[in-house]
Parts: sequence; C-alpha cells; structure tokens
Amino acid sequence: MADLEEPVLQLDGLARHYGEREALSGVSLSLATGQTLVVFGPNGAGKTTLLRVLATLLRPHAGDVRVLGSRLPDEAWAVRGRIGLLGHEPLLYRELSARENLRFHARLHGVSEERVEELLGAVKMRERAGEPLRTLSRGMVQRVAIARAVLHDPELLLLDEPRANLDPAASELVEPLIGASSRRTRVISSHDPGGGLHEADLVLGLRDGRPALRRKAGDVDSAEIAELYR
Amino acid sequence: MAATVAALLRKELLVELRTLESVPGMSLFAVTTFVVFHFALNQNSVSGDEAAGILWVTLLFAAMLAINRLFVADQDQGGFDAFLLAPVDRSAMLLAKALALLAYLAVLELVAVPAFGLLLLGPPLGQALPDLLVVLVLADVGIAAIGTLVAALAVQTRARDLLGPLLALPLLVPIVIGGARASSPLLSAGHASGVGGPQIRWLLLLGLYDLVFGLIAYAVFDFLLED
Repeated sequence: MADLEEPVLQLDGLARHYGEREALSGVSLSLATGQTLVVFGPNGAGKTTLLRVLATLLRPHAGDVRVLGSRLPDEAWAVRGRIGLLGHEPLLYRELSARENLRFHARLHGVSEERVEELLGAVKMRERAGEPLRTLSRGMVQRVAIARAVLHDPELLLLDEPRANLDPAASELVEPLIGASSRRTRVISSHDPGGGLHEADLVLGLRDGRPALRRKAGDVDSAEIAELYR
Repeated sequence: MAATVAALLRKELLVELRTLESVPGMSLFAVTTFVVFHFALNQNSVSGDEAAGILWVTLLFAAMLAINRLFVADQDQGGFDAFLLAPVDRSAMLLAKALALLAYLAVLELVAVPAFGLLLLGPPLGQALPDLLVVLVLADVGIAAIGTLVAALAVQTRARDLLGPLLALPLLVPIVIGGARASSPLLSAGHASGVGGPQIRWLLLLGLYDLVFGLIAYAVFDFLLED
C-alpha cells in the first residue's frame, strides 16, 4: 500500500514522444489518496498517452514520475496489479464470454471466482455472462470491461471516457464501481465539462500534449474547459 | 508462475477452439500439399531422403500458419495490455504460447503424418513411428521456441504477415535439416527399428538447437513486450 502521506501520483515534468512527435510535455501535478483528477482536452491532446504512461504501458521519456510511491519506469513491476485501467479498448477477448474473460483476468490477478460472480451481478451481466463477447452490444461490453478494471480492487483507477457507450441506467449501475462513491483514487479523461467538473478534485487541461490548465476543480468553470476545445 | 501459465494456456486453447483459426488450416494445408506432391512428382510413393524432405518442408510451412496467428488476438483485442497490467512473470506468456504452439503442432502431426503415410510414403509407417515420434518432438520444441519468439516480434509491426516468415524460415532451416536427416533412414525401405549412430548425431543437434533458442527466447521475450 502507498504511504498515506505520500501522493498517489507525483508527476514532475513528464514528457513522452512518438518518434519526432511530442505527445506529452511538462506535465507536473500531485494527486492525494481518494482524490479524482479529470483530464480534459481535444482529440490528440495526450489524454490517452498520459493514462497509458501512468498504467506503466508506456515509458515516460523525461521527467520524474511516481505512481503509488514507485518511480516509473524502473519500479513499474511494483505498481502492476494495483492499477485498474479502463481504456478505449475493453481488453477482453471477443470469442470468450464475459464470465470466461473475467475468470481469465481473475486468475492473472489471483482473485477468487466469487468476486467474478459478484461483479457480473453488480454490472447486471449474469444472464448473458455465458455468451461470446462479440455477440453483445457495446454498452454491455463496456460494463464487462468496467468489471474487469475493478476486479482486483485496484488502488488507482485510470478511466478513459468511462461512460462512453453507456446509457443513463448503466451509467448509474457502474457508479459504485468507478464513480465518486467508489472512494478510489481516480484519473479520468473526459470530454464532458459538466460531468467531469462535478467528479473532479483536480483538473488538468491538455492542448497539444502540454498543460493548458491545472487547478483545483472548484476554481475552474466550464467556459475554461470549453476554451480548450477551440 | 505455473498457475499463470495454466491460465494463459487455457485461454489460448479456448480461443482456438472457438475460432478454429490455426489447427484446421494447418492440417488442411499439409494434406493438400501431400496431394500436390503426389501428382507433381508423378510417383506413387517416395522413401528415404525424398520422403523426409517432403514431410519436413510441409510441416514447416504448415507451422508458419500458426506462428503468424499466434499473437494476433492479443495484439488486436488488447490481450498484451491486459497481461502487462497483471502482477505476473512475463515469461509465463512465452511458455504458454510455446505450449499452445506445441499443442497445435501435435494435432497437425496427428493428421499429417498418417496422411503422408497413406498418400506418399512407400515403406510402411508403423515400424518407423516410435523413432519418428522422438524426431518430431525434438523438432516441435525448436519450432515452438523460435515460432513464439518471432511471432511476438512480428506482431508488433505493420508487415507482420511478411516479417514472420522472413524471420522464422532462416531460423527454422536447421530444424528442417536436422529433422529430415534424422528421419530419412526411418522412412527408407528395410528400416530396422532403433535409432542408429548418425541419427543420434542429428537428434543431439536438434536438442542443442532447442536449448539454445529456448534460452534466447527466455532472455529476450520480456524486452519484446516492453514499450
């Protein structure tokens, strides 16, 4: 477990590039346990890259990056299994059923099968848990992906537009798992100024990979978020 | 580690059972190739070096079909990311994929070797089978190690369908040579049971090649998964 006094995230000058192109540059922030950081920015601003760096899937190319008290990329091994990532891709096999997928992930994370059934119930997927994922709607797949992301009870949740594809009822359904009531430390990428600000303790606005806005949520209004997209 | 390998292998075999993307294609390819050889050579039967060459070249190209597809589902459906997020030894994936490939090769040979015996081979296959099995197992281990390594490398490139065979075939040639030389006497008319001196040399070569490439794959696999 991370030291309670130590921030869950501590970024100082984080940079990441793809070949010549700079995807992230000069990102610095600190996020305490239980807080939510919401990242806004137009497509290609670097939100997904930031989440993938924090998830240890991409190496930072510059800066000091500490996640759950471990420095990346050298101590990435110490962080794996303590992070839940919900990206654009569900990270599930299309030919396997929801139950088979979750059981597979449970085995990788050393989680019991009871937890799988509990989460299938929580996202209301028990009835269709035996059907191949390719036969399910996008919203249903997203619900299974959310169950997958929280299966191992992660300390830090990285959520890339988590409510995409979800109808209002499903969005409410997953609230205890990934919402504010989950009491988890979260980093959320969002395009929804109203909803995002409501959830945020800290706001980061990215434009062309650089921080254009970094403030406490209470000090930000939605017009400033909208400005990022102009 | 064993539990992780078991989980990955189980998933691998389950996906193959559902999609039937590799094994049926490999088996069909092998049998079709034997039929083509049957007509192209204009011979009713082959034996010795000729038989061994046909058998091993066919098995090699059939294996390439599975090697090319080995990591495609993981790459396309986020399986790599999901695996990398788990607190597990990354070598588990190498082992599970190699075991899966080994299983596909075993099924392929269950179909292809009897088909070869029926369609092309002159001398009866029965007597050669126990010794041939040893050669097949040793060669399969090498194909699985090299195939897994190359597939993990190729799948991360845009030209994976081209790069896989380009990298794998030169590395697999020694296995084809060793397999063919070791099995040639077994597929000759008047073969006596038991592995002779020259064959043992080829079997040792295959074993050594398996060991070397097994170790290389173990040493570099982690880096192939890294960003």
